Amino acid sequence: MSLFDFVEGREGYYGEYGGTFLPEILTATIEELRLCFRSSKEDPAFWAEFAELMHTYSGRPTPVSYLENLSNKLGGARIFVKREDLNHTGSHKINNVMGQGLICKRLGKKRVIAETGAGQHGFATATMAARFGFDCKIYMGEVDIARQRPNVFWMENLGAEVVSVTDGQRTLKDAINECLRDWVTNMGDTHYVLGTACGPHPFPEMVSFFQSIIGKEAREQILKEAGKLPDRVFACVGGGSNAIGIFQGFIDDNVELVGVEAGGYGAGSGLHASRLAYEDASVGVAQGFKTYFLQNDDGNMLETHSIAAGLDYIGINPILTDLWEKQRVRFEAATDEMVRDTLKLVMRTEGLIPALESTHAFAQAVLEAPKMSKHEVILVNQSGRGDKDIFTVADAIEDDHWKQFIKDKAVEYGA
Amino acid sequence: MAPEQVSLEKYLRDRLRHKDLLLMTHVVCGYPSFEANWRELEIMAEFDVDLVELQFPFSEPSADGPLFVKANQEAISNGVSPADCFGFMRKVSEHFPFKVLMMGYYNTAFKMGAETFVKRLAEAGGCGYILPDLPVEEAGELHELSRPKDLASIVLMTPTNTEARLKILGEAAEGFVYAVARKGVTGGKTEMGDDLDAFVSRCRAHTRLPIGVGFGVSQKSDLDFLRGKADIAIIGTAALKAWEEGGGDNLRSLLGSLV
Ligand SMILES: Cc1ncc(COP(=O)(O)O)c(C=O)c1O
Repeated sequence: MSLFDFVEGREGYYGEYGGTFLPEILTATIEELRLCFRSSKEDPAFWAEFAELMHTYSGRPTPVSYLENLSNKLGGARIFVKREDLNHTGSHKINNVMGQGLICKRLGKKRVIAETGAGQHGFATATMAARFGFDCKIYMGEVDIARQRPNVFWMENLGAEVVSVTDGQRTLKDAINECLRDWVTNMGDTHYVLGTACGPHPFPEMVSFFQSIIGKEAREQILKEAGKLPDRVFACVGGGSNAIGIFQGFIDDNVELVGVEAGGYGAGSGLHASRLAYEDASVGVAQGFKTYFLQNDDGNMLETHSIAAGLDYIGINPILTDLWEKQRVRFEAATDEMVRDTLKLVMRTEGLIPALESTHAFAQAVLEAPKMSKHEVILVNQSGRGDKDIFTVADAIEDDHWKQFIKDKAVEYGA
Repeated sequence: MAPEQVSLEKYLRDRLRHKDLLLMTHVVCGYPSFEANWRELEIMAEFDVDLVELQFPFSEPSADGPLFVKANQEAISNGVSPADCFGFMRKVSEHFPFKVLMMGYYNTAFKMGAETFVKRLAEAGGCGYILPDLPVEEAGELHELSRPKDLASIVLMTPTNTEARLKILGEAAEGFVYAVARKGVTGGKTEMGDDLDAFVSRCRAHTRLPIGVGFGVSQKSDLDFLRGKADIAIIGTAALKAWEEGGGDNLRSLLGSLV
């Protein structure tokens, strides 16, 4: 199936979800972007340029690794991992960002803005801007800045200006609002590099297009490494870009696709970011598009929570919502506790350090693998690496030696 | 095809017979409180304001500037709901001579359902709504439901729109056209000059409806500039700013300086 064969007059809609809901002042800008993306997508030379850039700058193709120790330990399906963590800047976010950098060049714009939650997308955007010579401003919630200082450090040292957003919940959604405010003012010379497959059309389609490089590579690689297609593919879902990226490689195959959301403190806790796996979300229109949002009966957004800042978002990729409704993608949630345990397990058995976000995908795979047969194959998308999030990870696994080190450092800095 | 004239348009045309420039003002419902809103509205009525937008607070006010963002946020954390806003609107529309419009974000209407939204708005005595994140392409159902209730769906025209787009907007407009004076969010300054003059003329070419100009309209010289060019001056942030800085006296002196 093609996800992007739109019904006549319904471009940008996936079933009931998606669309473009923006202030009128942005109509011309979004149309310009839509046309530029459309012509780029249809131009085979554009994809070739993108793939070459990702090869030389980010080390693509990223490998697929077999996790023999973990598979044996769990005693069920064979587990393979797509290594998006090996990208430059440490996550799949760079795929989208470099692609949009090329689009920005085609648009003739000189300035980029981006929102960031975990800081991964902001970090990737700052590298892209440095490489392409764009001015760069990153909007980041005050809460996220406090928990992701290392990424802020890198963004600033790469030449980006990082703006602390102090409105609302002071997290990702508020940073998106701030980007929209910047964009309605500076659209003439500015491209908004949205970081996930959310927001108004054409962003979900465009981000999916660039992230599809994951699935394209992974399908070929798993056939080679495992000798067959996977039975199940697991990916974590924040906004839903790494998931749609890998899922696109298997959408026409008899492969079960599983999206794993942030379960936080669990169902019914009110402290999670599961839009589809739990029952708390409902359909709404915000931040430029229609999808399931974690909102109250008045249509105001709820507080969200996750151990992984990058999964902590109120809305979800409209393409995934449609695929969920059509029962093509199954949704599950992994709690913070499952994630903590799984991270330790994966580190000890395989020497891999997945990002906390990616660990959600592992957690669900680890839960299901023992119940599957040895002839079955699991593919997990390791969307990012955890070693550079040492502060968050050390916090999450409550490492005492690390705490002492920080205390000593603080004394050294005169605290 | 020109839509049938809603009574808001008729009301504005009647007022325009006696006044060369009408005034529309704005309050954020429940910020700082409904009591404060009421006092603001009493002062607005003293100065014969013609039309007031009552903003229903939303958690993601992405088209608003810092002052309204804060107002939306605080109203929500004080527990202000759409039901409270409709209740307040009803009291306002029954008590004051000016007409009231609902202003807010589309999700507020979407979540309660289009049918419920127009029903409650009509019952509250509102004469229309401004939903800046609802493009005309998506507004079809709401427009259909609004017509029998005599509610005007206010369309915004902006300086970045092409002629082709202005034509589409003009065809969808009812009541009056809200001409957004500049790029950017609410609050902040607008240069009243040739560009704005040219933009209002472009709007005029695509609508026969009265035209209101808003975004950055804040002082007497702005109104002097708009007189003879636009039909309604829209005072948003300036009124809230005046209230925040010096309460009723300040708001009174702002409005006094304008009219
Ligand atoms: C490593 C990593 N994985 C996943 C995500 C979630 O985003 P998405 O669902 O768009 O892939 C993030 C977001 O910051 C991330 O940094």
